[in-house]
Amino acid sequence: MNVNQSAPPVPPFGQPQPVYQGYHQSSYGGQPGSTAPTTPYGAYNGPVPGYQQTSPPGVSRAPPSSEAPPASTAQAPCGQAAYGQFGQGDVQNGPSSTVQMQRFPGSQPFGSVPLTPVVSQPTVLQPYGPPPTSAQVTAQLAGMQISGAVAPALPPVGLGYGSPASLASASGSFPNPGLYGSYPQGQAPPLSQAQGHLGAQPPQRSAPPQASTFTSPASGGPRMPSMTGPFLPGQGFGGPSLSQPNHVSSPPPQALPPGTQMTGPPGPPPPMHSSQQPGYQLQQNGSFGPARGPQPNYGSPYPGAPTFGSQPGPPQPLPPKRLDPDAIPSPIQVIEDDRNNRGSEPFVTGVRGQVPPLVTTNFLVKDQGNASPRYIRCTSYNIPCTSDMAKQAQVPLAAVIKPLARLPPEEVSPYVVDHGESGPLRCNRCKAYMCPFMQFIEGGRRFQCCFCSCINDVPPQYFQHLDHTGKRVDAYDRPELSLGSYEFLATVDYCKNNKFPSPPAFIFMIDVSYNAIRSGLVRLLCEELKSLLDFLPREGGTEESAIRVGFVTYNKVLHFYNVKSSLAQPQMMVVSDVADMFVPLLDGFLVNVSESRAVITSLLDQIPEMFADTRETETVFAPVIQAGMEALKAAECAGKLFLFHTSLPIAEAPGKLKNRDDRKLINTDKEKTLFQPQTGAYQTLAKECVAQGCCVDLFLFPNQYVDVATLSVVPQLTGGSVYKYACFQVENDQERFLSDLRRDVQKVVGFDAVMRVRTSTGIRAVDFFGAFYMSNTTDVELAGLDGDKTVTVEFKHDDRLNEESGALLQCALLYTSCAGQRRLRIHNLALNCCTQLADLYRNCETDTLINYMAKFAYRGVLNSPVKTVRDTLITQCAQILACYRKNCASPSSAGQLILPECMKLLPVYLNCVLKSDVLQPGAEVTTDDRAYVRQLVTSMDVAETNVFFYPRLLPLTKSPIESATEPPAVRASEERLSNGDIYLLENGLNLFLWVGASVQQGVVQSLFNVSSFSQITSGLSVLPVLDNPLSKKVRGLIDSLRAQRSRYMKLIVVKQEDKLEMLFKHFLVEDKSLSGGASYVDFLCHMHKEIRQLLS
Amino acid sequence: MATYLEFIQQNEERDGVRFSWNVWPSSRLEATRMVVPLACLLTPLKERPDLPPVQYEPVLCSRPTCKAILNPLCQVDYRAKLWACNFCFQRNQFPPAYTGISEVNQPAELMPQFSTIEYVIQRGAQSPLIFLYVVDTCLEEDDLQALKESLQMSLSLLPPDALVGLITFGRMVQVHELSCEGISKSYVFRGTKDLTAKQIQDMLGLTKPAMPMQQARPGPPQEHPFVSSRFLQPVHKIDMNLTDLLGELQRDPWPVTQGKRPLRSTGVALSIAVGLLEGTFPNTGARIMLFTGGPPTQGPGMVVGDELKVPIRSWHDIEKDNARFMKKATKHYEMLANRTATNGHCIDIYACALDQTGLLEMKCCANLTGGHMVMGDSFNTSLFKQTFQRIFSKDFNGDFRMAFGATLEVKTSRELKVAGAIGPCVSLNVKGPCVSENELGVGGTNQWKICGLDPTSTLGIYFEVVNQHNAPVPQGGRGAIQFVTQYQHSSTQRRIRVTTIARNWADAQSQLRHIEAAFDQEAAAVLMARLGVFRAESEEGPDVLRWLDRQLIRLCQKFGQYNKEDPTSFRLSDSFSLYPQPVLLDSSSILADRILLMDTFFQIVIYLGETIAQWRKAGYQDMPEYENFKHLLQAPLDDAQEILQARFPMPRYINTEHGGSQARFLLSKVNPSQTHNNLYAWGQETGAPILTDDVSLQVFMDHLKKLAVSSAC
Repeated sequence: MNVNQSAPPVPPFGQPQPVYQGYHQSSYGGQPGSTAPTTPYGAYNGPVPGYQQTSPPGVSRAPPSSEAPPASTAQAPCGQAAYGQFGQGDVQNGPSSTVQMQRFPGSQPFGSVPLTPVVSQPTVLQPYGPPPTSAQVTAQLAGMQISGAVAPALPPVGLGYGSPASLASASGSFPNPGLYGSYPQGQAPPLSQAQGHLGAQPPQRSAPPQASTFTSPASGGPRMPSMTGPFLPGQGFGGPSLSQPNHVSSPPPQALPPGTQMTGPPGPPPPMHSSQQPGYQLQQNGSFGPARGPQPNYGSPYPGAPTFGSQPGPPQPLPPKRLDPDAIPSPIQVIEDDRNNRGSEPFVTGVRGQVPPLVTTNFLVKDQGNASPRYIRCTSYNIPCTSDMAKQAQVPLAAVIKPLARLPPEEVSPYVVDHGESGPLRCNRCKAYMCPFMQFIEGGRRFQCCFCSCINDVPPQYFQHLDHTGKRVDAYDRPELSLGSYEFLATVDYCKNNKFPSPPAFIFMIDVSYNAIRSGLVRLLCEELKSLLDFLPREGGTEESAIRVGFVTYNKVLHFYNVKSSLAQPQMMVVSDVADMFVPLLDGFLVNVSESRAVITSLLDQIPEMFADTRETETVFAPVIQAGMEALKAAECAGKLFLFHTSLPIAEAPGKLKNRDDRKLINTDKEKTLFQPQTGAYQTLAKECVAQGCCVDLFLFPNQYVDVATLSVVPQLTGGSVYKYACFQVENDQERFLSDLRRDVQKVVGFDAVMRVRTSTGIRAVDFFGAFYMSNTTDVELAGLDGDKTVTVEFKHDDRLNEESGALLQCALLYTSCAGQRRLRIHNLALNCCTQLADLYRNCETDTLINYMAKFAYRGVLNSPVKTVRDTLITQCAQILACYRKNCASPSSAGQLILPECMKLLPVYLNCVLKSDVLQPGAEVTTDDRAYVRQLVTSMDVAETNVFFYPRLLPLTKSPIESATEPPAVRASEERLSNGDIYLLENGLNLFLWVGASVQQGVVQSLFNVSSFSQITSGLSVLPVLDNPLSKKVRGLIDSLRAQRSRYMKLIVVKQEDKLEMLFKHFLVEDKSLSGGASYVDFLCHMHKEIRQLLS
Repeated sequence: MATYLEFIQQNEERDGVRFSWNVWPSSRLEATRMVVPLACLLTPLKERPDLPPVQYEPVLCSRPTCKAILNPLCQVDYRAKLWACNFCFQRNQFPPAYTGISEVNQPAELMPQFSTIEYVIQRGAQSPLIFLYVVDTCLEEDDLQALKESLQMSLSLLPPDALVGLITFGRMVQVHELSCEGISKSYVFRGTKDLTAKQIQDMLGLTKPAMPMQQARPGPPQEHPFVSSRFLQPVHKIDMNLTDLLGELQRDPWPVTQGKRPLRSTGVALSIAVGLLEGTFPNTGARIMLFTGGPPTQGPGMVVGDELKVPIRSWHDIEKDNARFMKKATKHYEMLANRTATNGHCIDIYACALDQTGLLEMKCCANLTGGHMVMGDSFNTSLFKQTFQRIFSKDFNGDFRMAFGATLEVKTSRELKVAGAIGPCVSLNVKGPCVSENELGVGGTNQWKICGLDPTSTLGIYFEVVNQHNAPVPQGGRGAIQFVTQYQHSSTQRRIRVTTIARNWADAQSQLRHIEAAFDQEAAAVLMARLGVFRAESEEGPDVLRWLDRQLIRLCQKFGQYNKEDPTSFRLSDSFSLYPQPVLLDSSSILADRILLMDTFFQIVIYLGETIAQWRKAGYQDMPEYENFKHLLQAPLDDAQEILQARFPMPRYINTEHGGSQARFLLSKVNPSQTHNNLYAWGQETGAPILTDDVSLQVFMDHLKKLAVSSAC
C-alpha cells in the first residue's frame, strides 16, 4: 500500500489515489474478509457497505471466463486506476466474501482494486461510498474468474482480489495527488486507448486535484515541498514517488485477519489480469505484458507502453484484476528515479548531513571534507538530538563503513600525509586525528578538538596563520584539513613491538585428500597458481610485489615445502603431530616469487602427481590454520592464509568436528545451535591469528555437510572471506572458482589492522557487525581487511546533541599495507542533528537501514530462536513506521498506510530479509548454505545487501538490441515475467537466465544456437559464443554484471516450466515463497496491521 | 699341550673362550676360597677362518628342560643310533638323516676338533640388514661436510640389498622418506616432545589404518614385511637419491643467538629412530647409528640447557647429585636402550666434539644393545673417518664383521650353575635348572640377548660351583659347558654357533698347585675388572675400589708365599705375578734420549725425548751420515701404523715430543714413580716427574704386600 511511491510509476494511479484509500481499507479487509467476508466490509467499510454487498459478486466470479473479458475490460480501466495504488486492500475485502477470495487476499486485492478504481475515482474524494458499485465488483470478480479460468489455481486468487478490489474502490478517496496526477496525465492517453484503461484515465485526471489536496495530508508538512519538487520535473516517477511515500491504505479492522490470509494466499494472482486481455496465453505475463507490450491488447492501449515498461506502467493492466502490486512502492521505480535524478551530477561532500544517492545509482563523488559514501553510509544523515527522540523513532543509528573501499578510476584514492617523526597530529585527550572539523583558535596557535572539545597546542612545525574566516591559510594544501578521507604514514610507535613490519606473506594451504584430488581441484589450483603468483598485490607503482609466498598441503597430516631458490627441487616436510602443530622450517618456506620461481613451478607441477594415488579421505582443519599462523609468527610478519578445503575435519586432531547437522532443529529453540560453532577451539585459534595479523580466506569444496558454521569462525574473526563451491566439478565450476581465486589473491588487503570509530560528544559507537575480532569494546581488530569488507557500526546517544554543531564521526584504520608500510586511514563524516522527527525520516537511507537490520538479525540467530528474531524485526519496522505516522504524517484515516518517502521500500526490503534463507529456510536450503550466507552478509556493503535481498531482474528482449544501456529492471515477481521473453536475474551470488516458453525461435537460435525452446539444455552454465548482436549483447551484459560483483556469479539457464525453475522462483522475492515467506503485498498488509495496532 | 699358556691360547683360538681357572675347584666352598670366581671370557663370534659352517641344523637333546646340542663330548652308540646327552644324560635317538653314521663316518659335530661348530639355519625369511643413520645437523660447517662425506662413502660399503634410512636432527627431527622421486620428503617432529612408540608410528603412517579394502582380501599375505617402509629402502635403489639428499643436507637453519648452544634434539631423534624400527622391523638385524656433535640440549634426554653460561655437568656435579638433567636423561636413554634391545636392534654412538656430548647419559644405548660407542674431537679426523669405515670392514669371506640379534644360551653340567654375564647384553630372563640364585653381573637367566656383535665382542660369564664340599666330584671327572649362540649373520643367514668345552675338576686341598698353575691371570684381571665396573654402576666409587682392593689382598694372601708379618718375604708365582700390576709403563722411562711408543688401546702415543726432538729439529735424519737416526725415528711410526690398521675403534694417534702439549696423553698414563713429591729424592735427569698425588705402583705394591702378610685380614 505504499501506494504513494508506487503510484507514480503507474499513470493509472492518478486515480488510484482515491483508490488507495479505498483499498487500503479494503485490502486489509479483504484479507480478513476471507474469514468473515461481508462483515469485514461492513465493519470497516462502514462507509462502504455497498461494497461489501457488492463483494458478493464473488458469485459473479462463477461466470468467469466468459464474462471475464468484458468485466476485465470494463473494470480494467477503473481497476487500474484504483488499485494502482491501493487496490489490493480493497480486493481483499472483496474476496473475503468468498472463500476463494480469502485465500488470495494478498494477491487478490489488486484484482478487486481495479473495480474500485472506477468507482473510486468518481468517488475518490468520498472514499468508499461510491466506489463499491455492485457492478464494478462483479466486473472485477468476473475478471478474476476469467483469469482463474486460464489457470485454475489462480482463479481463486483472482477472486480474492476481486473482492478486495471492491473495497479498494471504496477507498478510492485518495489523494496522492500531484504525483499521480502527473503520471496519469502523461499516461492517460495510452490508458484511454486501452479498453479498460479508459476508465482509468478519468480517475487519474481527477486524481491530480485530489492529489494536491491529499498530498498535503499524507506527506505531512515537510514532505510536501519535496514532493512538489519532484512533480514538476515531470520525471514522472521521481516526483510522484516522493510524494507518494506516505500512503498505504490500511485495511479496516478486519485487516487483522489478513494475517491469516497472508499465509494462505498464493502469489499467483497475476495471471488473472491476462485473462482480460485477449491473449490468454500471455495471461500470466499479461500482467507484465501490458506493460511490455507483448500482450496484444495492451499493446494498443499502452502505446506509450515503453514508458510504462520502465515505469510502473505495467500496473495498469494489473490493476484491473486485483489489488495491484504496482500500486505499492516499487523498488525498481525508486531506483530508476534516483538514477535519473541524481546520477548525472557528482555528489559533493562538502555539506553536512547530505543524503547521498542510492547505491544503485552511478555517481561520482567529490571529496570536500566528508568521507565519500563509498566509505561510509549512514542509516540517517540527520540524527535526533536526544536519545528520547531516537527511542521514539526506533530508527537505528548506524554507519556502514568500508574503510578500504575501491574507488572508480575517476576518483582519487586518499592522499598519504607524512607528518614525519612526530607522527600524525592528534587531540591529546581523545586521540582523534587532525581533520577538517578541528577548530583552530588563538591565531592558529591552538586547536579545539571537534570531538571532545579539548584545547590543544599546535606544534611549532605545524603552525600556520589563519585567514579572516578563522581558517588556516594552508587548509587546502593539506588533505587532513580539507578532505574527508586521507592517510597518515604511521611512525614506529604504531607498530607491533615498536618495530616496522616486514612485508606480509601469503600461504597457500591445499587439501590433498582423496576428494580434492578426485574432483580435479588440486590440479586445477596448482596450474592456476603458477600464473596467478605473478599478480600478487603490489603497492602503487612498484614492479614487484613485496609479498612472500609459502605452500602447505595437507590431509590428516601437513606437508610444508621448502622452496628456497637455491634448491634444485622443492623439499617436502611432513608434520604429523597435528595435536601440537609447529612449523618445521624457517628458511625457504616463505620466499620471493621471482627468486624461487623455478622451484615453485616444479612444486606446483609435482603436487598433483604426488598425491594422485592418495587414499586418504580424512582431513584436519584447525592444525592447518595453526600451522599457517605459526609460520607467520616465526617469520615475524602478518599475512594471509588461503585454505582450500573439502571435507568435515574428522581426523583426530584439535578442532576435530562431527556431523551434527540436524534439520529437525529447524524452527525449534535449538535452531540457533546450527549457527554456533561446535567447539570453542576455533575462537581461541582465531584470537591467536588476530594477534599475529594472520587473515584466513577459506575456499570450501564440500560434497556434503562440512559445518560451515564452525569452519568459518576463523575467517570471520580474522577479516577473511569464505567461498563455497558445493559438489565442485572442474568442468562446471572451474570458471567461477578461478575467477574468485584470482580476485581474492589480487585484491589489495590491509593487514594487522585496528579500526577505531570516534564520535563527537553525545553519541558513541556501541555495537559492531562484520568480519573482525574485538578484545575490548572500542577497537575493531582485523587481521586482514580488504576492499570488499565492511564494518557496520551502531551508535547510541549518551548525551544531548546540538543542532548547530551536528555530530561527527571519525573512523581511523591503522593497517599494514601490502608492501609492509604502516599507515592510518582516516574517514570523517559530519551529520546533522534534529529536534523534529520529520527531519530524521526525511534523511534516512533505507538500503543502509536494511544492511544494518539484516546484520543485526543474522547475528541474532546465534542466540535466539529464528522466529523471535523475525518478530523483532517486524516489530521494529512497525514501530519506525508508526512513529512516522503518528508524528510526521498529516492526519488521515487510520485505514491508510502512510510511509515516509525515504522508507517507502522498507517493508518490501524487510520482507526480503525475513524470508531470506537464514531466517526462513526452504527445504532445499542446507544448514551449511544458511551458515554460509549468514557470514557472507555479515560483511556485505550496502550495495551488496541491496541486490542480495532484492535481486535484479533484467528483461533481455524487451529493449532494442542496439540500445547500449542496461535494460531497466523489472520487479522480482513471477507476474512480471512474460513467457515470450528472456530475463536475467542476479543477486550478487547467483545469476539466472530465464527463458520463457514462447520465446521466438529466432531468439532461441541466436542465443543458444539450437532451433527450439525444447532443445535448450536446462541448467546450462555457459552461453555459446555466437556472432550475432543478441548473443553478444547478452553475454556482454552477463560479463558486466559479473564485473560489478565481488564474487563470480555462475550462470544457470532456467527454462520456464522446468524443474530448475523452482530454484529461480526462490529469488522472485515479491512473491510468496515456498518456505512460507509472505508476498510483498501480504507483508505490507501485515505491516499495516501492526502499525495500526501500535497506533491504536 | 706343553704349558697352560699354550693351552689357554689354543682354546682361545679354537673356541673363543678363556677361563679364569682352567682346572676347576671341585666344591662350592673351595671355589669361593679361590677369590677370583670361576668365570670365562667368551667371544661368541671369534673369527674362525678354518671353520666352514655346516649347512644343516643341530641335533637337540630331547629332554625339554635340556635341549643341549649334540657335541663331541657325547657318548654315542653307533649301532643303536643313540647318543647320550652329556649334560642331562638323556639318551636320544639320532634323527633319520643320521642313519648312516658310524665310528668312521661321523658327523662334524661329533669330531673333537669341532668343539666349536656353526650351523646355518635354512628356515624362515631372511631379512636384510638395516642401517638407520641418525645425524646431528648442529655441527660446524666443515664437521658436517666431513660427516656427510663419510656417510656418502658408507653407502658404497653397504651390501646392496641392505635397507638404509636417514634421520636428521637439530631443533627439529626429520625422518627422511627415501622412496620418492623428484621432491625430497621428510617427516618432521618437534624436538621437545616425548612421543610414545605408537604415536611415532602413527605419525609416520606406519600403522595400517584398518582399510576396508585390505581387510577384504585376507588371502595371500601380500605384504612382504621388508618393503613396507618408505623410510628404509634398499641401498641399491636409492643410493643416488640418498647421496644427493646427504649432499643437500644443511646445517640446522634455526638461528642460534649469542650465548646459546644450538638446540639439539638427540633424545627425540633417537626415540623416533627406535620407534621407527620397532614399528617396521622388529626382531631383525638393524643398526641405529647416531652421529652427534654435542650434548642434547632440549626435550627428553637433554643433558644440558641451551644457555652457554650454564656449563655441562662435571664429575663434581654428578658426585654431589647436582647434575640437573642427568637422572631424567639417563632414564630416557635406558628406556630407549631396553626397547631397542627387545627389538633386537643395536645403537651405535659416534660422538665427535671437543666438549662433552652426554655419553654418560647415553652409554646404556650402546651397552645394552651391543652397539659401538666412538668418541672423537671432530668428524673431520681420521679417527672418526677410519673408525667409521672400519665398521664396514669385511672378513676373509667377504662378509661384514657384524652380526645381529644374537641369543646366547649357556648350558652347564650338573656341578655348575650360571651366575650371570657382563657384557653388551640384556637378560632374556630364562630360568632353568642351571641358573644360579646368586647373581654376578646380569644373572637370573641362562640366556641373554646380544643385539649387535662383531668378532671381538666378548662377554664375561660367571659360574658357580654347586657341589657340596662333602660330596666332591669324582677324581678325573670333567665339567662341561655349552655355549649356544643364535644370530643373524651379516649375510642375513640365521646361524647357530655351538661351543662345548670341558675342564677337569680338582680337589683344591690336595691339588691346589694344579689349580694355581691353570690360573689365567689375564682373563682373571679382565673378569675382575668387569665385575668392578659392573658394581660401579650401582655402588659408590670408593666402595668399589675398596672391594677391588680387598679381593686383591685376599688373592695375595691365598696364593702368595710369605712369612707372616714380613712384607719382604712376599712372593707370587709366575702365574699370578702380573695380576696385581698389569701396568709396566713407568715415568722413569721418560728420558731425553729415548723414543717411546705407548699403546693404551684408545691412544697410541709416540714420544720423542728432549734430545731426540732436538736432533730431529736439527734435521739429522735428513743427513745421509745419520741414516741410522732416520730409521730410529721411522720404526715407531711403522709399529704404530700396524696397530692403527687393525684396531677398532681406531685409536687416537698422537705423535709428540718432550714438552709438547700432547705429551699429556703419555704423562697421564705412566706410573708416577716420580712426582713432585719425590722428585729430588730420585735425583736429576732420571725421568720425567708427573704432577700427581696418586701413589706410584711401587708404593702400591709395598702397601699390598704389607696387607697381604698381615694376619689382621
